[in-house]
Amino acid sequence: MSRRKLSRRQFVAATALTSAALVTAPYVRGAHAAGKLSIGFWDHWVPGANKASTDIVNAWAEKEKVEVQIDYIPSQGNKNLLTIAAEAQAKSGHDILAMPTWWPHAQAELLEPMNDVMDGLIKQNGEPNGTVKYLGQSKGKWLAVPASVGSQIKGPCSRIDLMKQHAGIDVQALYPAGAPPKADSWNLETFLKAAEACHKAGVPFGIGLGETSDNVDSAGAFFQAFGAALVDEKGNLTVKTDAVRQALEFYKKLIAFLPPDAGAWDDSSNNKWLVSGRGAMIMNPPSAWAVAKRDAPQVAEQCWTHGFPSGPKGRFAPYLAYFWGTWSFSKNKEAAKSVLRTLSQPDAIEKMCVASGGYDLPCYEKLTTLKVWQEEAPPKGTLYHYPNPHNHQTLSIAAAPAPPKIAQQIYTQATLTKMCLRYSKGEAMEKTLAWAEGECEGFMRS
Amino acid sequence: MADVVLHPDRAATSKTVRKRGGLHNMLKRKSTVAFLMALPLILLIAILVIYPAFYALHLATLNKSMQRFIGLSNFEFLFKRETFWLVVKQSCIFAITAVIFKAVLGFIIAHFVHNIPAKGQRKWRGMLLVPWVIPPAMSTLAWLWLFDPSYSAFNYTLSFFGIGPIPWTGDEMWARFSVILVNIWVGAPFFMIMYLAALKSVPDQLYEAAAIDGANWWQRIWYVTLPMMRNIIAITTLFSLIVTFANFDIVRILTAGGPLDHTHIFATWAFRIGIEGSDIPLGASVSLFMVPILAVAAIFILRDISKRGNEA
Repeated sequence: MSRRKLSRRQFVAATALTSAALVTAPYVRGAHAAGKLSIGFWDHWVPGANKASTDIVNAWAEKEKVEVQIDYIPSQGNKNLLTIAAEAQAKSGHDILAMPTWWPHAQAELLEPMNDVMDGLIKQNGEPNGTVKYLGQSKGKWLAVPASVGSQIKGPCSRIDLMKQHAGIDVQALYPAGAPPKADSWNLETFLKAAEACHKAGVPFGIGLGETSDNVDSAGAFFQAFGAALVDEKGNLTVKTDAVRQALEFYKKLIAFLPPDAGAWDDSSNNKWLVSGRGAMIMNPPSAWAVAKRDAPQVAEQCWTHGFPSGPKGRFAPYLAYFWGTWSFSKNKEAAKSVLRTLSQPDAIEKMCVASGGYDLPCYEKLTTLKVWQEEAPPKGTLYHYPNPHNHQTLSIAAAPAPPKIAQQIYTQATLTKMCLRYSKGEAMEKTLAWAEGECEGFMRS
Repeated sequence: MADVVLHPDRAATSKTVRKRGGLHNMLKRKSTVAFLMALPLILLIAILVIYPAFYALHLATLNKSMQRFIGLSNFEFLFKRETFWLVVKQSCIFAITAVIFKAVLGFIIAHFVHNIPAKGQRKWRGMLLVPWVIPPAMSTLAWLWLFDPSYSAFNYTLSFFGIGPIPWTGDEMWARFSVILVNIWVGAPFFMIMYLAALKSVPDQLYEAAAIDGANWWQRIWYVTLPMMRNIIAITTLFSLIVTFANFDIVRILTAGGPLDHTHIFATWAFRIGIEGSDIPLGASVSLFMVPILAVAAIFILRDISKRGNEA
């Protein structure tokens, strides 16, 4: 039985050799060497649109050796909002989560800054629109990366035939396909006259006055056309101003020409209104037109998406932005940022836009003239003006420019549409304004 | 003394035996077995009800960004809000009206079913329970289509009689009526089945005695049926009051609280503020506000039941 003794010299030599071998050895990547990444994407309305984002992420995952899990979370029943709230409470969840409009600000303290990602993307894709900056930035910090998936403009979608026949307006001439708008005459006065004419003809404009986002978005754009805001960007109350009074007067006139049940409308009501052929115009992204293409092709053939009418303070259109945020407690932030860069490349954005039939709308200035909007039909060019390719209107969101945390309350409590309804039902102007002021004071609690 | 010296381990042995016997006896006790069998449920309730309840209490004491303890300031803030008092009023109108109608309808239908010959009764019982067994979210969706602002099936039918269109969900009063109606439709079968069970347990001799005394049908109901059903009426009313106060799905699906907040109840307004408005502490405060209201109702009703139990 021989017993070998390890001398001090031998021990030092063996350790040095092992260390050298470990340091110099080539790094062999395993199948999922870069770890795991869980993503919560918004579940798209458009059938098949999710596949484009899945394909892009899977291609990235294969290249980067990351194990990816994607959950598509629907916004029906606010399941996405519940997920955001639950993950924020639990400080655990997806590494990337799709967040609509106000939620990056609402969760600002828990989100990983994205300036390093955004700097490169802005250089490459151009400046994001003002609404995205308002919703996605706080004190110079990008709270999340703007997502093209789910982002949309809720502009007018008119019936070419009904508008021509009853209001004498040729929307295709105002907004010709492939050319800049010639819509100087398309203002609030013309709009109101058209609303009256179509109402008389039995095909009223389908603009809701309920408490869901479609209704609030339209009201927001009209208020902004008058320069009316309930709270300014510094957080001061500006309810009792002439601009707000003018906006309310305008809405009172408009409500007389809207369907009598508009106060009970939700986000599906306007879609049904257009598809059923009962109205000459709605304010919506092209999803209603896409449904009409399938269910009522004769209606779809007559649809034309175009810009908002202009008011005394300009032409505003509601832009609803979606974002991809990464929690500060995420376990794989670098991988998350890497995949977000990939998803924001022009070719990826175009692929997702095409898959959504032109519904998705990137916020970057260089990406508003993709082929998909020029080619979608019937009729050809129906979506040409949807992405605001000639910057003909200012993209905004209802309740802006109030500080986002106050604006979110004004928006979700539907203060604007409630004001319009109250005033149109005969409440005194000053009483309506006093009510709105009281509401806004309450929204300012921190 | 000698015993102790001669058998030093005897005391310990007898103690162990007594201990074993004690454990054995305890396990043999019915109450212990009942407790052990109920333990999984108790744990489940502790995890899913008690913990969230205390967590909601904790949340209600935080500021909007949930970073600071502010005591009862959220409640103080709510008390100053016009909309909050509107919600309190509506929750009371909604719950009390719905429970009264559910109880009255349930009572009447239970009598009808009770009088159906036993052979055909089972079919009727099954059919009448359908609204209660369908998940409310699903049945309310069907009601939403019936009440649809633009394409209401009710309005379509009424138009043949020259009536309407009625703004079922577009007018404040009609919207309140609609949500209460659906709640009654969903909840009345529960009352019906409970009252039917109670009716079956009323001894026939009491009715026979009343008949001999010359009591008419109203006197039989007033002096025999109702006193015999008092406890079950109290319990079902309390239970339904709690469930109706805490209702969410019917209002959320049918009107989402509109128009002009006139159908919001505690749960829907708490959701609007807490989840949609990202103000979870205020939302928690709203939802907690129904606790004292229900606690007072529960104390009165349960005290009455136990008093009558003691009298019996």
